[in-house]
Amino acid sequence: MIEINNVSKQYGAFHVLTDCSTKVAKGEVVVVCGPSGSGKSTLIKTINGLEPINKGDIRVNGTSVCSPKTNLSQLRSKVGMVFQNFELFPHLSIIENLTIAQIKVLGRKRNEADDKGRTYLDRVGLKEQAAKYPAQLSGGQQQRAAIARALCMDPICMLFDEPTSALDPEMVNEVLDVMVQLAREGTTMMCVTHEMGFARKVADRVIFMDAGRIIEDTSKAEFFGNIEARTDRAKQFLSRILQH
Amino acid sequence: MFKNYSWDWGVFLQPVSTGEPTNYLGWLLAGFYNTVVLALSASLIAFAVGVVMGVLRTTPNRWLAALGTTYVGIFRNIPVIVQLFAWYFVLPELLPTSMGTWFKQLPASTQMMTSAVLCLGLYMGARVCELIRSGIETLPKGQRSAALALGLTLPQAYRYVLLPVAFRVAIPPLTSEMINVFKNSAVASTIGLLELSAQAQQLVDYTAHPYESFAAATAVYISINVIVVLIMRQVEVSVHLPGYIGGKS
Repeated sequence: MIEINNVSKQYGAFHVLTDCSTKVAKGEVVVVCGPSGSGKSTLIKTINGLEPINKGDIRVNGTSVCSPKTNLSQLRSKVGMVFQNFELFPHLSIIENLTIAQIKVLGRKRNEADDKGRTYLDRVGLKEQAAKYPAQLSGGQQQRAAIARALCMDPICMLFDEPTSALDPEMVNEVLDVMVQLAREGTTMMCVTHEMGFARKVADRVIFMDAGRIIEDTSKAEFFGNIEARTDRAKQFLSRILQH
Repeated sequence: MFKNYSWDWGVFLQPVSTGEPTNYLGWLLAGFYNTVVLALSASLIAFAVGVVMGVLRTTPNRWLAALGTTYVGIFRNIPVIVQLFAWYFVLPELLPTSMGTWFKQLPASTQMMTSAVLCLGLYMGARVCELIRSGIETLPKGQRSAALALGLTLPQAYRYVLLPVAFRVAIPPLTSEMINVFKNSAVASTIGLLELSAQAQQLVDYTAHPYESFAAATAVYISINVIVVLIMRQVEVSVHLPGYIGGKS
């Protein structure tokens, strides 16, 4: 579904990503973790072309992201993305946030888009908030709305860039519950997150990154269960975060 | 006040001494009319050009951005009066002969109005461009990313996501620009356009009552600006987003 082949990216002399390669198969849930500045967010943003790359290739469902022949807008409409700061559009109501791209990108009629929007709002538990504006919602509600907005496009996979990092601890669970539900329904997901509890629950694989490189790329069981076989850097990371 | 000066507010109702069938108030109103036409026409041009240039300056394409920067550099850094002389005296000479001749045969007031509208329009446009650019740049970068991630093209992202919010942010400084264009319209008197300040000058020449004339002109300018502020305030209230930028939810 997603193929990242030898991807490198640099700003001048600074190497953000160095020779990263991995694959995400259909239905797989992959969690990407690592210290700040390791390039995790950059890596996930290269998948839908929001960040250009200097070397390597990325394919989504066989289509190359970097090729000039690719209709990037079409490709992006099929790859759902959820951002750390929610990024709902403040001048549109929640339901309008969900329908705008359906109408303008997918060409759906207003009623169809509206129905779909309300269905997904109901699924994430926000049926009552459809007419409200983003600034009137709590962080957890905004993020759930953002997830619904991505789902309305019927994407083939979902990318999450630290979806709970900007949330109050109390609201983290309401968003994680939605993500766990998605994972259990078989959605192909790639999540950059610090929530190891989430990883343990539903991840199939865990990728650990440091300083722009993929250091670990193993199954969940291996990553959390067989700590002795992990690289030193990963061991260090795990020992620190698993203390909480 | 002003010993030895005889105030006569009734001077406005006196018929003009040139023999035209109007009074001095009529002259002032004619000037007022020209000021309003000039300022509003210039504003339309300014918004159209300014928004386009403001958007160009925020695109990732270096050439388009450079186009916007050049436009602002030219029209913001040269004094308005110099630009006006260039439009009125120089440009008609630079036009192809047939167009130049056609233009010079138009009524003088039309030539003056056209030059003044283009001048003020492009001058204000450079300032509007900067406002729109700033408005867009105050938005979090994630807004553009989120719009693109949904599959909106860059033009769609500007139209449906970035500009609607940038406009709202830009309303207070745009109000200032609207006030400025009404004030700057007075510069058109230097090429002979009979707008409000020119007519006030005419009144001084013909009635020898300068204080009343300029008091009247000042009162009209202040009234125009008060109306502009009231209208823009209404616009601001009607497009206000619940809970956004410190407003009431």
